[in-house]
Amino acid sequence: MEKKPKNFGYSVTRDRQIDFDANNHDICKIVTKAEPTLNLCISCGSCAATCTAGQFTDFSLRQVILLLRRGETKDLDKEVSKCMLCGKCQLVCPRNVSTRNLVIQISKALCDNRMSAS
Amino acid sequence: MKLEGKRLIWQDYQKEIADDHYFYARSCIRQTFFPGAEAIFIKIVKDELGKDIHDNQHHTSCTGIGYHSDVVPFDTTMTVIARQFALMTEAGYENYAASCITSFGLYTEVLETWHHFPEKEAQIREYLFKATGREFNKPKNLAHASDIVYKFRHQIAAKAKYKLVDKNTGEPLKVVEHIGCHYSKMFPHKGIGGAEYPYVLSGMIEAWGGEVIDYPERRHCCGFGFRQYVVQANRGFSLSCSKKKFDSMEPYEPDMIITNCPGCPMFLDRWQYALSEMEGKTYGKNNQGIPVFTYEEVAGMIMGYDPWEIGLQVHQVPAEPLLDKIGIPYDASRKFKGKNGEDLGMPESPSYLKFYAE
Repeated sequence: MEKKPKNFGYSVTRDRQIDFDANNHDICKIVTKAEPTLNLCISCGSCAATCTAGQFTDFSLRQVILLLRRGETKDLDKEVSKCMLCGKCQLVCPRNVSTRNLVIQISKALCDNRMSAS
Repeated sequence: MKLEGKRLIWQDYQKEIADDHYFYARSCIRQTFFPGAEAIFIKIVKDELGKDIHDNQHHTSCTGIGYHSDVVPFDTTMTVIARQFALMTEAGYENYAASCITSFGLYTEVLETWHHFPEKEAQIREYLFKATGREFNKPKNLAHASDIVYKFRHQIAAKAKYKLVDKNTGEPLKVVEHIGCHYSKMFPHKGIGGAEYPYVLSGMIEAWGGEVIDYPERRHCCGFGFRQYVVQANRGFSLSCSKKKFDSMEPYEPDMIITNCPGCPMFLDRWQYALSEMEGKTYGKNNQGIPVFTYEEVAGMIMGYDPWEIGLQVHQVPAEPLLDKIGIPYDASRKFKGKNGEDLGMPESPSYLKFYAE
C-alpha cells in the first residue's frame, strides 16, 4: 500500500540550479544542424521586444533559445506553441537569424524526440 | 581531491590552541540534541588526555540564537559575553573553550569589535560592573572544542581501540565532514584551514583512519540559519539546504557525516527523517540513511565507549549499520534503557527510514 506523505507544515523549495550534465543537449544539436543561423544569435532580445504573441502572453523567443542552449527542454514545446509564426522577429533580427524556421525546427525536433521516446 | 594545493592553503590558516587549563562553556542546545557529546569531550580531555578543564555551572547562553534571530541587541550580547569572561577570570582561567560554533563565532566577533573599538569595550565593562559588580580579563586564547580535539587527534588515535575502517574490507570509511558556518566563514584566520578549506574535522578523520569525501556542496550551510528554522513557515528553506547537500553527497556513498556545530548534526540527522516522510527518499543503502555524528561521539566511538552511554540511541538515523561496519560491539536490547535499566520507551518507527530495535 502506498504510504501517505506527512505534512509538517512546510515544504521543500525546488532547487533552481541548472544541472548541465543531466539536461538534454540533443535537441539543440539537431536544431542547429537544421537551422545553422542559430549560431549567429547574440541573445539581444530584439525578437522578444517586437513579438506580437509576446504582447499578450509571456512568450519570448530569446528565452526559448536560452533554454534550448542550456538543454532545459522539458517545457519547451509548450513555450514554442505560443508562436504565431508571423515572422516579425525575423525582420528585426540584427544577425539575420532565420527565426521562423528556427521555431519550426524546434517544434519538429521536440516532436521527433517525443515520438522516439514513446 | 588534489591535496597538495589544499595543504598549502591549510598551512596559511593555522591558529594557536592552548595546551592545557581550559574554561569550558557549554552549548544551549547540544545537550538536548546529542546528550552524550559534551560529557564525552570533558571525559576525553580530563581522563584520557590528562588536561585541566573547568566546567562552570553558572554560565548562561551566549545569546547567539537570539542575536542571530534579531531579538537580542548587540550591546546586550556583549554584556552577557563579558559576564562569561568574568566567570572565567574569577575561576582563574585564561583559555576559553566554547562547545558551540555559534558561541565561538560570537565570542570572536565580540573580541574583534573590542579590538577595533576600545571605547565599546570600556562601555561594556561599565555595563557589566553596574549590573553585576563583576570585572573581567579577556581570554588569552579562544578555541572551539573541536580545535582542542584536533590538536590532540593523534594522541586520541594512539589510545583508540577502533579505526574508521570497514572491518570486512579493510578500506577506510568514506566520511563527509561538515563544519558549522560560524567556525571560520566570518573570521577565516580564527579557524584551522580558513573558510574555504577548514581542516579541523578533515585532520581528525585522516588521523583516525577515514577518508574525507570532497563533494560539490561541501561548504554549503546545513540550513539551520536561525530565522529559517525558528519560524515554522520558513523551515522549508532549512530543509531545502540540507536536501541540496544530501543530493550532492549521495553519489559518493558516504558511510557517515561528522560535524562540529550544535545545529548541523541536528538538521542533517532529523531532516533525513523529514525528507523520507515527505518524499519517501532516503540517502543510504537499504533505507538506512547516512548516520550523522558529532566529532566527540566519533572520538568516543573509536575509543571504545559504550554506544548507548554516549547517546547514539537518540539519533534519528540509526548508528547501528556503522557500528557493525567498524566492528564496535553494542547490546541491542539496551538501546532504549536508561540508567539502572530503566525503560525509556520505544519511539515510533519511521515509515521509510530503517529502524533498529530489539
